[in-house]
Amino acid sequence: MNRNARRRYASSGWLAVMYALTLLALIPLGLILWFTVSKGLPPALHLEFFTNSFRPVGVPGSGVADAIVGTAILVSLASLMAIPIGILGGVYLAEYGVARWASWVRLASDVLVGTPSIAIGLFAYALLVAPLHHFSGYSGAVALAVLMLPIVIRTTEGAVALIPSGLRESGLALGLPRWRVSLQLILPAAVPGVITGALLAVARASGETAPLLFTAFGNQHLVFDPNSQLQALPLTVYQYALQPYKSLQDQAWGAALVLVVIVLGINLASRWVLRRQIALAGQL
Amino acid sequence: MPDRFRTLTAAVASVAPLIVVVIVVILFQQAAPAVRRYGLGFLTGTDWNPVTESFGALPAIFGTVATSFLALALALPVGVAVAVTLAEQGQQGIRGVIGTGVELLAAIPSVVYGIWALYVLAPWSYAHLEVPISEHFGFIGWLSQPGVRSLFNASLVLAVMILPTLSAISRDVIRAVPRGLKENAVALGATWWETTWRVILPAARAGIFGATILALGRALGETIAVTMVIGNNHAMPPSIFAPAYTLSAVIANEFTEATGVYHPAALIELGLVLILVTLIVNVVALLLVRSTSREVSRAA
Repeated sequence: MNRNARRRYASSGWLAVMYALTLLALIPLGLILWFTVSKGLPPALHLEFFTNSFRPVGVPGSGVADAIVGTAILVSLASLMAIPIGILGGVYLAEYGVARWASWVRLASDVLVGTPSIAIGLFAYALLVAPLHHFSGYSGAVALAVLMLPIVIRTTEGAVALIPSGLRESGLALGLPRWRVSLQLILPAAVPGVITGALLAVARASGETAPLLFTAFGNQHLVFDPNSQLQALPLTVYQYALQPYKSLQDQAWGAALVLVVIVLGINLASRWVLRRQIALAGQL
Repeated sequence: MPDRFRTLTAAVASVAPLIVVVIVVILFQQAAPAVRRYGLGFLTGTDWNPVTESFGALPAIFGTVATSFLALALALPVGVAVAVTLAEQGQQGIRGVIGTGVELLAAIPSVVYGIWALYVLAPWSYAHLEVPISEHFGFIGWLSQPGVRSLFNASLVLAVMILPTLSAISRDVIRAVPRGLKENAVALGATWWETTWRVILPAARAGIFGATILALGRALGETIAVTMVIGNNHAMPPSIFAPAYTLSAVIANEFTEATGVYHPAALIELGLVLILVTLIVNVVALLLVRSTSREVSRAA
């Protein structure tokens, strides 16, 4: 076999290896979705699963209503804190991005994204649980807000940067003050991108377990008061999966399915919104 | 006229750096009793006993570093292969689907990875990887003693979890390699593989390295999935198939039950060690990724 034929065969061989490894990377996604659906669907098919809260092992009709309500409360409170601050912060980075302080804000956001979520849980514990002497939904919401903040900041910055500078220049040329140009002209044009960021942050916060372990802590009763301990879907999965009882393990799989549906649903929705933003920015 | 809008947004944006500073300060303050009592011996001690208040972090530090690097070794070839495949031209439809699939892998909550690893991945890996490997190579000490909950299985699930980070950033870096480089190689008669291996990957080397370190940062800090399969053993593991512990897993398991002064402080000190290590790793990675993208844009 001559040398050039060997080189061509080697190239095709390596191409096949690359495709094979890419397929290998997709196998875990398929397996996770398959097992979450096949093991989680049977327990989640009963209406009681969504309307009842925890019942002791052996008592039928146990559900995860407590966790769904808890997650909704925790994520809503965290969003109320993180999204407005994050949007204003992102607008600052996009509008005054060359300032020296802006590069510190950017670095801090990148560092926060990389900070282990368990450490953020410890932080919220030290800040709110230890001084007040009780676990609470509020402390869990603060921990989740810290996780969400950098995501909202950086995606808002990116979305605002996508807007063509002509829009800003025409606003300024008409004599509008800078804040009106930013908030009433640029930001509305960037809304889909900002929503994408907020959605991604909400998805991330809904799935986090580690920051809630010693803040929201978990609760076996259905409660609506954020000042008390709150259950959350990821906590339910974590706590029940490690129990020796089949009925609790089934519930953990059911809760995992609910969580996956919520998180992947939000993610796919955010992709759709983002595509619209890119199309919109192209038209401006 | 002072720009009040600028002042306002700058003040709001300052929340981010403020939080970083407060996290480090408050954890230092909470860990102070342990830092004062155990000093540097905390980092090298191997004993962990809340009853005698003897705390050494070495097994947890070792477990964190070992699982993370093993996960990187497993994920890196696959991640780069995905990046190379996705960065190719043509058939954008199927590449878009694959890209979305890999990115969705990043969206799955770590507790879902955890329950899947606990009930599916770890038993499978025990039966089909650990046992056969230890039967053939068990005479090498660190490949013996297979177990369902083990350092190796924790690394395996971590490898899956860091794959999206690796492949997404590497893909962007590979795409940023100037077209001219590739065209020159092809014009000189290089095959597809020779172009990829000898021209494109070397040009993207620093950026891929940055992606690797960013993925390392994720692996170091990952908590829940690892906690569920690592076996929670406060000792230096004799083998990669033996149960071990990581910094974050110790905190997750023990913090709510820790009493007294020194046990919680020691756990927070573990958190501080974790934060400082990931902080350094992340800043290095960010600087690397930024400097390569600047370099590449200058070359183009």
